[in-house]
Amino acid sequence: MADINEVKQPDFNSVQGDGVLPVKEESLLVQSLKEYFESKTAAIGLIILTVMIVVALLAPYISPQNPYDLMSIDIMDSKLEPGSKTMDESTTFVLGTDSQGRDMLSSILYGLRISLGVGVLSTVIALIIGSIIGLWASFIGGRTDSFIMRVVDLQLSFPAILVALILLAVLGKGIDKIILSLVIVQWAYYARAIRSNVLVERRKEYVEAAKCLGLPQRRIMFGHVLPNCTPELIVISTVKVAGAIALEATLSFLGLGMPITEPSLGLLIANGYKYMQSGYYWISFYPGVALLILIVSINLVGDRLRDVLNPRLKK
Amino acid sequence: MLAFLIRRISQSVMVLLVMSVLVFVGVFYIGNPIDILIAPDATPAEYARAVKELGLDKPMLDQYWIFLKDAVHGDLGNSFVYNEPALKLILQRMPATMELAVTAMLMAVFIGIPLGMLAGIKHDTMLGRSIMRFSILGFSLPTFWVGLMFIILFSVQLGWLPSGGRGTTVELLGVPVSFLTWDGIQHLILPAMNLALFKTSLAIRLSRAGVQENLQMDYVKFAKAKGLSNTRIIGLHVMKNIMIPVITVLGMEFGGLIAFAVVTETIFSWPGMGKLVIDSIGVLDRPVIVAYLLITVTMFIIINLLVDIIYSILDPRVRLGDHN
Repeated sequence: MADINEVKQPDFNSVQGDGVLPVKEESLLVQSLKEYFESKTAAIGLIILTVMIVVALLAPYISPQNPYDLMSIDIMDSKLEPGSKTMDESTTFVLGTDSQGRDMLSSILYGLRISLGVGVLSTVIALIIGSIIGLWASFIGGRTDSFIMRVVDLQLSFPAILVALILLAVLGKGIDKIILSLVIVQWAYYARAIRSNVLVERRKEYVEAAKCLGLPQRRIMFGHVLPNCTPELIVISTVKVAGAIALEATLSFLGLGMPITEPSLGLLIANGYKYMQSGYYWISFYPGVALLILIVSINLVGDRLRDVLNPRLKK
Repeated sequence: MLAFLIRRISQSVMVLLVMSVLVFVGVFYIGNPIDILIAPDATPAEYARAVKELGLDKPMLDQYWIFLKDAVHGDLGNSFVYNEPALKLILQRMPATMELAVTAMLMAVFIGIPLGMLAGIKHDTMLGRSIMRFSILGFSLPTFWVGLMFIILFSVQLGWLPSGGRGTTVELLGVPVSFLTWDGIQHLILPAMNLALFKTSLAIRLSRAGVQENLQMDYVKFAKAKGLSNTRIIGLHVMKNIMIPVITVLGMEFGGLIAFAVVTETIFSWPGMGKLVIDSIGVLDRPVIVAYLLITVTMFIIINLLVDIIYSILDPRVRLGDHN
């Protein structure tokens, strides 16, 4: 269907170049949404994910305490069990406190914000860079293409954690450094994915048609071929966000990622790890549960998106 | 075959060179290890002597050249902390990591493949679906968190298994191993289970897909027509056919186990090379970091090469060489 639409509408005046009628797009969106919600598990996943994103964005406004404001925390409240109250019984620590007397619930909300932010940001940057390189390589072809693809193959033959370990051993700690290494770890997936898509797409008639119209190659690439690759890119990047968040948490847990001033969920878990053996399980446990729910819900959404958006399964 | 080998080996040498430059230059800029190693009340003279002893006063290019020359001779420098050859430190800890990785791989093969085949045969039942759910969980749970939960559950709450260390070891061919003593086995179970989780899930998926694909094939119908029992068809004929791809993929993943051992070793204080490198990054023990990375990457290149060669032997349709 999509191909026919594209060929039928050689819209000379539109700047975008892909003039799908708005009415048609609306109905397609509604159609996809309906199909998405046919799966209950995926619907629940999406709801949980939405709640987590909203909660993370609103963390400074809804959390009971600012865990990084030294004035608001009291060392006397340290390592309290979930459900304990402060000395004057004014506040309840629903999920307990850590060794510094910080409210775990607040720490988790702030940590969620950092974990999600790092995961999404690095994935988006990697998506953009990887897509541009992949698209560019596949259109140029020849030596440049095979060189870039060899680099991609080589990088993907090493597990992500090893590449990230090398990079962070070289770069050191810091939020910018962990984002950079997550980008470097991920870009190759997108470059490879888009290249294999482009190789299929460019043989299709709409590309021929666009060539016959004498459109410049850049416009064919970005205006026509790229939009046809987006469903697949959306699916891959959703799943990869979960991977990026898990990798960041792992690296932070190992003490390689985040600085202590910006505690992501992984760092919170690492902080509690020391006290776990002595029975203060909640300092590690609840950030872990938050991380788990986040990753599982993203995976549920990603799996469903793959089913809904994959044109190959639909035919 | 020979041309392929020569090209792959020269390519590997290039990768190692690029890696060594990258790691060396990067690690050079991380920070000054002297500040960590020397006592805070050291006199300037002592400071200067320490710098000279460690060779840190020379220009970076000279340091790299010396490093490269020594590396070719198998000398990757002395650890700043242990004052022993970095290579020796890594090699001393390699058997522990290998023991962990091999145990985890065996667990993945002997638990994952039967479970996956079961899920493929009974794919419409409660059991089949539960196995698949388990494998999805195994894929999405972060390894380190599962490890922590193992410790909370099995060590702290139930007190069944120890939470860290290697336990009693005995020498096997001059290498200390844990799996020959009861105490050592107890120490090995939790970390190996933790490390195996991801690969077990992978083995389940692969063998389930393999069984489902093979059950549709003519040879299975023929075997049924011949009157062979289901056990025989699945246990012998189907099994043989799914083993090649499953084992190949798992073989390729063996390197991943060594890399991921970094996480498991840190959680369970397993004295392998992964824990060593994490500790070394913490104290900026530059030679050990560089040695670990170079050795691991070399191991990877060798594993990838071996898997490619074995694959071409197992499956004659695969040709080594140019894919273009």
